[in-house]
Amino acid sequence: MISYIGALTVSGLQELGSMVALARQTISEVGERFSKHRSPFRLEHFFYQCDRAGVGSVPMVVLLSVFVGLTMALLTGYQLRIFGMVILVPAVVSVSFTREMGPLFTGIVLASRIGAAYTAELGAMTTGGEVDALEGMGLGARRYLVTPRFLAIFLLTPCLAVISILSGIFGAAFISSLMLQISYGFFLDQVMTNLLVKDVLAGVVKSFLFGGIIGTIACYKGLSVKGGAVGVGVATTSSVVTAISTVIVCDSLCNIFIITFFP
Amino acid sequence: MSKQTMVEMRGVKLRFGEKTVLESVDCSISAGDVFVIMGLSGSGKSTLLGILLGLLKPDAGSVKFKGMELTGLARPKLNDVRTHLGMVYQNAALISSMSVSDNIRLPLRELSDKSAKEIESTVELKLKLVGLDEDKDKLPSELSGGMQKRVGLARALALDPELVLFDEPSAGLDPINGKLINDLIIDLRKRHSVTSIVVTHEMEGAFAVATRMAFLHEGKILLVGTPEEFRNSGNPVISAFLQSYSTHEKSKG
Ligand SMILES: Nc1ncnc2c1ncn2[C@@H]1O[C@H](COP(=O)(O)OP(=O)(O)OP(=O)(O)O)[C@@H](O)[C@H]1O
Ligand SMILES: [Mg+2]
Repeated sequence: MISYIGALTVSGLQELGSMVALARQTISEVGERFSKHRSPFRLEHFFYQCDRAGVGSVPMVVLLSVFVGLTMALLTGYQLRIFGMVILVPAVVSVSFTREMGPLFTGIVLASRIGAAYTAELGAMTTGGEVDALEGMGLGARRYLVTPRFLAIFLLTPCLAVISILSGIFGAAFISSLMLQISYGFFLDQVMTNLLVKDVLAGVVKSFLFGGIIGTIACYKGLSVKGGAVGVGVATTSSVVTAISTVIVCDSLCNIFIITFFP
Repeated sequence: MSKQTMVEMRGVKLRFGEKTVLESVDCSISAGDVFVIMGLSGSGKSTLLGILLGLLKPDAGSVKFKGMELTGLARPKLNDVRTHLGMVYQNAALISSMSVSDNIRLPLRELSDKSAKEIESTVELKLKLVGLDEDKDKLPSELSGGMQKRVGLARALALDPELVLFDEPSAGLDPINGKLINDLIIDLRKRHSVTSIVVTHEMEGAFAVATRMAFLHEGKILLVGTPEEFRNSGNPVISAFLQSYSTHEKSKG
């Protein structure tokens, strides 16, 4: 058991080391492009990835968040009703959605929707020799493939998290007016008074972090595929699992950090 | 020595795990040569080209391109060198999500200072060169293996390289298109003084294009010489290799 945990830790650290190496290599390739006065990536590739990662994920994020917000309001509402404190529902739901649920659910949706796609396509390109072909041309395969993908997911996760937060709060307000006798106006009022800039900031910073984590893991897993079609499948599964668990662990660490230093 | 040395390898050694693929390869290729590398399947010919492109790092030895040491070269320099090389991959290795013309456009757009108009005319020209100007909007998956190979060749030539590495350029092509590729290699040498390294199993083509030949066997270069020297070589392995080809031809009549 202990040796198993030991082996797991060692392989985890090795992977982390390789990811850092990939990041360093990508950054150095980007620097190389700058020094030659060429753009490190094509805007059209970036926009294409943004469209895919961002716009394409909106429906799923909205759907998920509305229903999670709705459920949260309903459950907390029925609990708080016992104590006659139903009016706390807007505050509880909006704060927890902004600080916690929004970024986390966005992270999970993106890891499974986009992280998996990144890993699969980069993995297929690796096993098909396309990555080597790009590298052999001398155009820097890593910066060409990784930069637009990473930037798209890194910059769009916060945007999607905001959409998720708004949808969650909307879901909560909807069910509150329907079943908890809280009007939309009162709900909004309560959200405005209870939600602090601090909460919003915490949510947004977390989202950037999650986007970065998912992008890095997905690209790394894709570019290090070995073993043909099966290898691509294994890497894709591993990419989603690793990204989701890392996001959840990082989320907890962030919460501890925020609670400790910014109470 | 009148001609410039293009590529020089000394004691190149490469292992994949326990298996030593290249034991100690020495060879030197002059500018303007068409250097044909032959050898049994699995003898490490593709691996050798990979080392030249810097895709694989040798465990020992030195690889020089125009006097510049490639092993251990830092990335910006290595990428500069790579823009002077073109590689035709054994499996074509086209970018499968891009159309034929985008595949050729890619190195031009990323690495050259050409204007959009110049790029278009270059793409057109290179596609014509390999006889595929009709198929420029197709995806690689809509092409046959041989057609993909020719697109790979057009892409390798996009940046007008000084040295082209061909990994079995005519394998999987019909005789007419095989001859087209061979003529192209000769033409590149004569008209544009491009140096080529050609890995091939097609003996007829090999002798047609080669100015020098090498035979790779068990991790070493068994013989380097002119095509003439190869025909008259007393080496049993090489004779067997060449004979199996010629006896085939004879038995068919
Ligand atoms: N990535 C790799 N990992 C492990 N072994 C490899 C790898 N690539 C090649 N090899 C081994 O190296 C040897 C040489 O392979 P290579 O592809 O260079 O042969 P080749 O001479 O090009 O053969 P062919 O004429 O069939 O193309 C083979 O025995 C192969 O098993
Ligand atoms: Mg080969």
